[in-house]
Amino acid sequence: MSTPATRHASATDTREANPLAIVQEMMRACIQCGTCSASCPNASAMDLTPRHLWRLVQLGRMEKIFQSHTFTLCSACYYCSLRCPRGLNPSDAMAEFKQIAARGRMRQYGDTTHFCRDFVDNVRRNGRLQEMTLMTAYFMHMRRPTLPLRFASLGWKLQSKAKVSLPTLRRGAPKLEALFRKVEEMEGDGT
Amino acid sequence: MQYLYYPGCSLEGTAKEYDQATRALLQRLEVRLTEVEDWTCCGASAAPGISRLLALALAGRNLALAERTKIKADLLVPCSACYLNLKKTVETLRADPQAMRDTNEVLAEEGLSISGKIRVRHLLDVLATDLGPSAIAGKVAFSLKDLVVAPYYGCQCLRPYPVFDDPQNPTSMEGLIRATGAEVLSWSMGPRCCGASHMTTHMDQGMQLSGAILAAARDADVIATVCPMCQLNLEGFQKQIARRTGQGEAKTVLYLPQLLGIALGIPPKELGLALNLAVTEAFKKRIAMDEDLSVMAAQHPETIRQPPGKGVGGDEPISQRRSMGAPSH
Repeated sequence: MSTPATRHASATDTREANPLAIVQEMMRACIQCGTCSASCPNASAMDLTPRHLWRLVQLGRMEKIFQSHTFTLCSACYYCSLRCPRGLNPSDAMAEFKQIAARGRMRQYGDTTHFCRDFVDNVRRNGRLQEMTLMTAYFMHMRRPTLPLRFASLGWKLQSKAKVSLPTLRRGAPKLEALFRKVEEMEGDGT
Repeated sequence: MQYLYYPGCSLEGTAKEYDQATRALLQRLEVRLTEVEDWTCCGASAAPGISRLLALALAGRNLALAERTKIKADLLVPCSACYLNLKKTVETLRADPQAMRDTNEVLAEEGLSISGKIRVRHLLDVLATDLGPSAIAGKVAFSLKDLVVAPYYGCQCLRPYPVFDDPQNPTSMEGLIRATGAEVLSWSMGPRCCGASHMTTHMDQGMQLSGAILAAARDADVIATVCPMCQLNLEGFQKQIARRTGQGEAKTVLYLPQLLGIALGIPPKELGLALNLAVTEAFKKRIAMDEDLSVMAAQHPETIRQPPGKGVGGDEPISQRRSMGAPSH
């Protein structure tokens, strides 16, 4: 039986040797029936259909998979997971890609990974999410001057109803620092 | 009847009125809520995009706090995304002893531990299953007769865990809505996706999905929701969606407990109705929103909610079944 330390180390090694391993494991039994693609409300906006993506996963085609933006278009509606005749969970497999992209700091997925990272950083600091600070950090990271304008009208509406609180400065250590550190230590990489 | 209560971050911010209405409604129904002390973010959809263990730990922390509470009761969660995260974490930890050990190893940093015994329940589940339409019907002070309501469930209270409703053809809201005297819109968009966080990261796609729901609800007076994200997507972008598609009118979007609360005569202020982003003037008039509803209802039980404009004929099903929105491949 492995100790926690060796167990995590070996998990990290496998992940580095083959980042796709976990998704391959999850989707190994896929029979390419296409129920996921037919059920997906976002399939029409994807460059590869979910079915196609799972085939590339089975074949281990890293470079092709990470040229595609398909997984960033998963909105986690879970129709595919509900309907998969093999009982697989494609929705959660899509989230695994997001993890691989975040760990590899893949620039092509900046929108999605910045959002996730800014979100969890915010939670690490504040415990509860501060929506206003999150959006500010996200806009800063995206470095697209016109992006905030798309949200200006909504922001104004929310502001006028006092639904977004102005950022409050937290004194001392981030609220969930101990928990986050422990996760980083166990996973053996920066989270 | 009592429950532990996990509001989640949205209910302190953009969905304040969902929190207010939930508390006011359940109080009126004589349900006691005990808020989980020192709760933090459940991890939302962001933590699973960063790390699996982080997602388990963030949700697990709140489950551990709930388990530690002296009161032994189910954990009631109004936000569908929080509900799914907490529920999924309980299911994962129960099924995977290694995940349980890892999560507990992280939680030990805060002196917490989790057994996975707690039961996570969505607000809609509690309203429809534990309380039921009769609890509402028996207390209606202000009938919503003539109002047509489109029940919108969204995804994550239905899928992937089919707990209290049919995950593809849900009906749990219908009895509750009818108990208020209102009519239920017959449509197929109830369980469809609103686009979730696409409204931030893929706005065009988000607007397309939310726009399809708004368009299908055109013959309803109100859309009722049970999720802060669905609510915001449907109420916050109506003008932009209308500009984009060249059609679409302002539509009232309410949280389900707000709608039920109106029928029970709870004052609009307690239901946070002024905080909603999309409540039409016609709707305000219809429910006499500027007045004190309970007083109005007592004095003029039948006269106050005459529809100002069109009569609503609910004879025929409004929307026929639509295709899934995406071609098969």
